[in-house]
Amino acid sequence: MDINIITVFILAIFVGFEIITKVPPTLHTPLMSGSNAISGIAIVGAIISTNINGELGTYLGLTALTFATINVVGGFMVTDRMLKMFKRK
Amino acid sequence: MNYFNIFYVIASILFILGIKNLSHPKTARRGNFIAAMGMLIAIIVTLLAYGQLDYKLIIIGIVIGSIIGTFFALKVEMTQMPQMVAIFNGFGGSASALVAAAEFLKSGDISTFTISTIIISIFVGTLTFSGSFIAFGKLQGFVSGQPIIFPAQQLINAVLAIVLLVLGYLIILSPIEMNYFYGLIIISAVLGITLTIPIGGADMPVVISLLNSYSGIAAAATGFVLMNNALIISGALVGASGLILTNIMCKGMNRSLANVIFGAVGIEQETTDSDSNQKQVLIKSYSTEEAAMIFDAAEKVIVVPGYGLAVAQAQHAVREVAEFLESKGKEVLYAIHPVAGRMPGHMNVLLAEANISYDQLKDLDEINPDFEDCDVALVLGANDVVNPAARHDTSSPIYGMPILDVDKSRTVIINKRTMNTGFAGIQNELFGFDNSIMVFGDAKDMLQQLLKDLKEL
Repeated sequence: MDINIITVFILAIFVGFEIITKVPPTLHTPLMSGSNAISGIAIVGAIISTNINGELGTYLGLTALTFATINVVGGFMVTDRMLKMFKRK
Repeated sequence: MNYFNIFYVIASILFILGIKNLSHPKTARRGNFIAAMGMLIAIIVTLLAYGQLDYKLIIIGIVIGSIIGTFFALKVEMTQMPQMVAIFNGFGGSASALVAAAEFLKSGDISTFTISTIIISIFVGTLTFSGSFIAFGKLQGFVSGQPIIFPAQQLINAVLAIVLLVLGYLIILSPIEMNYFYGLIIISAVLGITLTIPIGGADMPVVISLLNSYSGIAAAATGFVLMNNALIISGALVGASGLILTNIMCKGMNRSLANVIFGAVGIEQETTDSDSNQKQVLIKSYSTEEAAMIFDAAEKVIVVPGYGLAVAQAQHAVREVAEFLESKGKEVLYAIHPVAGRMPGHMNVLLAEANISYDQLKDLDEINPDFEDCDVALVLGANDVVNPAARHDTSSPIYGMPILDVDKSRTVIINKRTMNTGFAGIQNELFGFDNSIMVFGDAKDMLQQLLKDLKEL
């Protein structure tokens, strides 16, 4: 079980290097804000953690959920706002 | 449960396809949308797959987060993008750390493997959080943009790192002892601050890229805690992305990654102050009218924008001048150094905002051969990235840094506010070259005056 998930992790890093080196410097800022939004995937963990009993766990879950949502919503929106501006005449 | 895992795989595939579409400006917007869809699928599946969730709490969190996120996304100025990304990195990192902490508090029977991943997630996530807020503060200006250096800095960082290792070991030995756990959080936060605070404002592109990478690593570590592939894969993607960008930024400044991580960046900068202004350069100062005549005779013009251009909000003025020159049949290109601006690709966004066509924006390797047959290189608010000393002066702090070969052009027109030195604190010998001409003044005013003079010719 553990080795499977480590395999997934390592392969994902390789995929990451392959596709990200192909992103041109022109788009490095949108890449950064977009990948930033993707790192908001912690939102999944935050949702799961709200089912933990106990007050402290609940508050941690709520805070995590709020932060992750800011990251996801704000990240994808601002990336879209930037990419809209890239035009060719 | 396995049934739902398929949707996490789909979400991961959409993230990968999304980034793949970022390889060209034409498809980039679609790519961002695809990645956002992946996120939506991951969220919906999680809401459906886990039975006893507190939906009221979830709605509160998502609504508050969405409002704040939307507000930031719509309000932020393009010049402030680095701050925005920095603070978002912080939110992402802390979300990962909080989830890991909640998982730890749930306790029960946790394997050593899970505890280790919780420790890594909390450490990296908290460090990302505090480091990002310092970076945000520096960029926003409420923390000094200058490197803040205190005695025995490296020693303190080393001690903190050792304490962290010991705490981690102790937590694995006795997970019930909460003081170790709190200690881990506090020391991680302190380390995030002590690692970020010695780094100067101009080196922020490296720091933001690195923090970007950390936020991904934190998410991946949380994925290991929850045994969730979506988190692991996206975390790995972001971690790789941040690392690649960090590497590009390091190369752009000719610094090693180790040099950056261990905070030597700021210290180096301080030593440069002593040998600044040593060499006197004789300059030729022209009026915009005289400069206009040079432009009139030119066929190929390359604009070299630096961060000073963005500070002066002169992007639109540049475009107006460029459009006028193009209407006269001249070719105009833009040369973008990797570290122009305050984050990777920042200058491109600022120019795109001013409606400059993306196919005119050229990166360093692409544009450098073009200077050979360029009539006028117009340097706007850039300094260190065009300093020829980087090629030959081994004593220069920027020695070895790849630069834009503007001095190869027939004429170099340099606009600066004053004769002050750049971020590296050194005088630029380019200004004294035979083919160099200085036009002093605020970039926006200068360009508007230049446009007027061009039209009057």
